[in-house]
Amino acid sequence: MRRYFLRKLLIYLATFVVAVTIDWAIPRFMPGDPVQTLISRVPAGDPESARAITEYYNSVFGLDVPIWQQYLNFWSSLLHGDLGISVYAFPQSVTSVIWHAIPYTLGLLIPAILISWWAGNKFGALAARRKSLDNTVLPVGYVLSATPYMWLGILLAWGLASELQWFPISGGYSLSVEPNLSLSFVWDLLNHWFLPFLSLFLVAFGGWAIGMRNMIIYELESDYAHYLEALGAPQRLVRRYAFRNAVLPQVTGLALQLGVIVAGCLVTEIVFSYPGLGHLILEAIRNQDYFLLQGSFLFIIVGVLVANFLVDIAYLVLDPRTRAGMQGGRA
Amino acid sequence: MTTSARDVGVAEPELAALPAPRRGPEFLYFARRNVKLLIGVSIVGLMLLLAIIGPFLVPGDPNAYVGPSAEAPSSAYWFGTTTFGQDVFAQFVHGLRNTFLVGALAGGIAAAIGMVVGFTAGYRGGVVDEGLSAFTNVILVIPTLAVMLIVAAYLTVRGVVVEALLIGFTSWPWAARAIRAQTFSLTAREFVDVARLSGMPSRRIIFREIAPNMSSYLFMTFILLFGGAVLIAATLDFIGLGPTQGTSLGLMMNNAVLWSALQLGVWWWFVPPGLGIMAIVGGLYIMNVGLDEVFNPKLRET
Repeated sequence: MRRYFLRKLLIYLATFVVAVTIDWAIPRFMPGDPVQTLISRVPAGDPESARAITEYYNSVFGLDVPIWQQYLNFWSSLLHGDLGISVYAFPQSVTSVIWHAIPYTLGLLIPAILISWWAGNKFGALAARRKSLDNTVLPVGYVLSATPYMWLGILLAWGLASELQWFPISGGYSLSVEPNLSLSFVWDLLNHWFLPFLSLFLVAFGGWAIGMRNMIIYELESDYAHYLEALGAPQRLVRRYAFRNAVLPQVTGLALQLGVIVAGCLVTEIVFSYPGLGHLILEAIRNQDYFLLQGSFLFIIVGVLVANFLVDIAYLVLDPRTRAGMQGGRA
Repeated sequence: MTTSARDVGVAEPELAALPAPRRGPEFLYFARRNVKLLIGVSIVGLMLLLAIIGPFLVPGDPNAYVGPSAEAPSSAYWFGTTTFGQDVFAQFVHGLRNTFLVGALAGGIAAAIGMVVGFTAGYRGGVVDEGLSAFTNVILVIPTLAVMLIVAAYLTVRGVVVEALLIGFTSWPWAARAIRAQTFSLTAREFVDVARLSGMPSRRIIFREIAPNMSSYLFMTFILLFGGAVLIAATLDFIGLGPTQGTSLGLMMNNAVLWSALQLGVWWWFVPPGLGIMAIVGGLYIMNVGLDEVFNPKLRET
């Protein structure tokens, strides 16, 4: 047990170090000089003042010390929670800007991931090898999982918000309400939350349903299932065993799909101007706010790492074989 | 079997009597009867045809301001015009071409890296496997989009090829893992042992003995990587980190959202690009399921 977790933690630690190193290295080793890009946006008259500005930026970015020192400095400020000052939301710090956006993103992501995974698995298992259901679930599932996240968001925003006016089309809450803990504000928040959530949920749902359907078919064709059938076990029992085996790859799939769903969440937020991380990233790109972009990158990485670790724990709880194997290894 | 042998003029009864090692005829037999495969291939083929021929029908810059503002689809402008008077059909077919380009290139790169890493790790085993697997796992956990976000933001000039390279170099890990697992199980078979005993060099064993036995699997991996690359490219384009020149399907959607096509009800601006991506990716997925059923007798529906 301890060995398993130690191994996993080591991988995640290595991932974090690699990610931070990428975050540090890309601005420094990419073709093109970000400092020059910044300067070229503000036309400086004579070469003398241009040089002064270059020096100023170099010292602000900490580029005037040896490269290894830069790397160490980067880590030390990172561990102090200092990710720099945002250009887009000057003079706020990157950490505080992101901190304000995170609740919206998590509020979309966590329910969308969990509910779509649960519902997709149930539905897929129900549909497998049942002609009438399968004939509708399969095509619908494929269409949904092939839909680009932003397009479904766009269609929902256009149909349900713009044309039918059932839901607000953009924002996290109405500008006319004061953010507080009153019932009307929460209702307003939910109203704005629903469409982005729905589009995230639907696309992910299609993928899970298809995955589960295929897994169940594999399981129903395996020897133990045939053996149970030959013994005259009721279909329900066979399916229950198949489900318990089929759900494990789906848990692994959850870890693999996290990056895709996070990306989907970012673009969905952009469609609905939802004030989460995705919206922030769009603004950062438009305003060439590199600190904010790099900070968002780190937050996404940390979030995905934590989620991966939770999935590992879930796998351990669900699969008795991993536990048995680990106990055997210890004995 | 015998008729086809007679057709090509091969008169060797001894050869015909041997069990045919070729998979061709059997594969075609099931492929032609698999509805899913046929549907998938026709959708993707139709889109590919449109991507190849389309740009010749509407030559010139697809972003040029040619017509009236926000006109609904008509005989002059098949898919209507944007609020700036750009021809949506022209943008669509040019974007479609870029989409196929990115998908094929990025999918190909990712498949190649995945194969090299997967084969090496699975065949060598031991320390090499440990190292490569750890590396793969590290890259696997890092979300592709997050890395591309900062890389693309710092690259001031981006083309379709650069985008494809970025996607290809970041989306291979799951393929490497899957190929490694397959190689692992094949390496334990007797025919690989025989090849090893006969003194065949490792590279030949991998490409002559192991890879052909999982060719269907490799092909399906490529298809999935292709579809994934198309979706990732659309996402990047939509955020505004796609190619800086020309047009793409993701960029069309980005512009439509940016210039309030939703509020104005200019649906012909944002429906075609999304529909195009969905058709390509969906077609590829359905093709994949069909191929799976063709290759795997257990999955064939009776």
